[in-house]
Amino acid sequence: MKKCKATGLAVMAALAAAIGLILSGCAGSKDSGKSGAVKEPYRVGAVIDISGSSSSLGIPERNTLEMLRDKINAAGGINGHPLELTILDNKSDETEAVLAVKKLIDQQKVLAVIGCSSSGPSMAMIDTVQKEQVPMISLAAAGKIVEPARERKWVFKTAQSDAVTVSRLVSYLKEKGLMKVAFLYMNNAYGDGGKQAFLEAAAAAGLQVVDEEKFEATDKDMTPQLTRVKASGAQAAVIWAIPPSASIVTKNFRDLNLNIPLLHSHGVGNQNFIDLAQGAADGTILPIGKLTVADQIPDSDPQKKVLASYIDEYSKRYGSPPNSFGGYAWDAFYLLVDAIEKAGPDRAAIRDRLEKTRDFIGVSGVFNMSENDHNGLKEDSMVLVRIEGGRWKLLQ
Amino acid sequence: MNLSEQLLQLLIAGLTVGSIYALVALALVTTFNITGILNLAQGEFSALGALLASSLCTAGLPLAAAFAVSVLAAAVLAGLIERAAVHPARGASGLTLIIITLGLSISLRGLALLIWGTDPVVLPAFSKGGPLYLAGAAVSPQSLWIIGLLAVSVAGLHAFFELTYSGKAVRACVINRTAARLVGINPARMSLFAFLGSGALGAAAGIFIAPVTLATYDMGFMLGIKGFVAVIIGGMHSTGGAVLGGIILGVLEAYGAGLVSSGLKDALALLVLLAVLLVKPEGLIGTVSGRKV
Repeated sequence: MKKCKATGLAVMAALAAAIGLILSGCAGSKDSGKSGAVKEPYRVGAVIDISGSSSSLGIPERNTLEMLRDKINAAGGINGHPLELTILDNKSDETEAVLAVKKLIDQQKVLAVIGCSSSGPSMAMIDTVQKEQVPMISLAAAGKIVEPARERKWVFKTAQSDAVTVSRLVSYLKEKGLMKVAFLYMNNAYGDGGKQAFLEAAAAAGLQVVDEEKFEATDKDMTPQLTRVKASGAQAAVIWAIPPSASIVTKNFRDLNLNIPLLHSHGVGNQNFIDLAQGAADGTILPIGKLTVADQIPDSDPQKKVLASYIDEYSKRYGSPPNSFGGYAWDAFYLLVDAIEKAGPDRAAIRDRLEKTRDFIGVSGVFNMSENDHNGLKEDSMVLVRIEGGRWKLLQ
Repeated sequence: MNLSEQLLQLLIAGLTVGSIYALVALALVTTFNITGILNLAQGEFSALGALLASSLCTAGLPLAAAFAVSVLAAAVLAGLIERAAVHPARGASGLTLIIITLGLSISLRGLALLIWGTDPVVLPAFSKGGPLYLAGAAVSPQSLWIIGLLAVSVAGLHAFFELTYSGKAVRACVINRTAARLVGINPARMSLFAFLGSGALGAAAGIFIAPVTLATYDMGFMLGIKGFVAVIIGGMHSTGGAVLGGIILGVLEAYGAGLVSSGLKDALALLVLLAVLLVKPEGLIGTVSGRKV
């Protein structure tokens, strides 16, 4: 009983101290505001999938944003204004994302919003930012986040759209003369998006899709689907899935001894895919952002310097190299900083600046935005790699 | 690939997946027949066994040792659960007992999530080397291991029930619990044995399939459901029925996905389940050994 009381007192004392600190902190900043030493901070918000099912995407993104915020403030902020970045967790949930973005706009009065990590929550936030007229930069893949651009006036995104990835694959297939293709995809939003984009691009390029197969994200054996692929006479197979099902289907593919080239989407662009496939991943070809093979791209590549410095800074602070998801956050952060720097603290002016982004060299590619393209990335933002001996090898 | 090769390839895929279902169904039926409990946590033993074996292998233990330790650990865990959660409630109704096992299933899955996280883990294949070829169809060595485990389990269970004294005691309990007690058989001990056995069998199945399917904390749920469907198709009271049900389910899924459409895979299996329930609700192999009391 006595102990309880003592703890209670301690808690109250701590609270009082904390309140005191906050009050004095506020007073302090007011004073300095008057003296003109520190300018009014620029407020920016981010809604990231830090916990929940997409946390593997969100955590490197949060890390990157925190690292860059500290870096920019240490260097004196944006035009002398410190950057105040509020990062909220949407728990990989659509409703939470909308609540978070409303909070950022209503309470924090942010100039712009970065997020979310995945397509669902990003789509959910669009209505709010369009209505409130706040610029938003998404980090997710689905093309429809920024399309049609007429209805997405305030929305931009840094991750390559499905169409960009698909065109890389289609031009490879065409170049190799592999005109009869089987397409396998997982039965969810990612697979459907890939399928739609691939079928369109394949038809435009004159490729013949001789077999279409789908499987569930939880399926444990895709031999039946692959048996049909084998019977279809396809010259190559394209799979649109993420691990673990992508790894299982790759293992089945090797077990069935299908002697045709196997192409994957960028959804398998992490070490996890290779580890789970236990050697079956070797020989697989896939498009991927340059970050993963930064050490192999030629020095003449315009992105080389940006990639090297990002990898260096991130590894120093967090002890492991960054991945392409962190890269999307890097691009969103600097696109926004660049726009605020030129446009000042005005939401409409920032949006207009973002749309005028030209030749911005980022981690995911060289961005060229326009009225009709709020992603700004082209086919050349991705490279094709082949997995050899469990490592990514740049395909020339 | 011509049609007959395709059919054979699908049959092999179906037999592999079907054997997995049959193993889970076998464990379910064994527990049910001895204790009268439908153990909804059965799949979790497979998940725990596979996850534990993977961790032990990563830690450097040889595969065989990892297998033995994991199976033993799962059996002990199942035994502890029987003593702690099922035995004290032995007088309760069947529904209560099922809900207890449902709670156990959720707790075990939560435990696995805390220990192993959400990322799948791998286990190396039991034998090295690529697939074998049978009349143009590829058979992976791990498929043979899985089908082999099923054969050994069925033979083992059959020998136990038919040839050993304890096996006969168990069967006596199944036929009439009260009469068995009157002749000196302790049904409470049989219940413990049932859980020990099904825990070990579940874990062994989980470890055998992990090289093919990967191991995740939530793999037990899907296995439990498919095993349950297999039991319904085959009949609640017969080990033969459980095996038959599992294999029918696996082969139907493979032919459904491979011949009709990959979207129809689960639909076809469920249609057969409905048909069995409508036409022959006691299962394809109906009541052989009796009445529940």
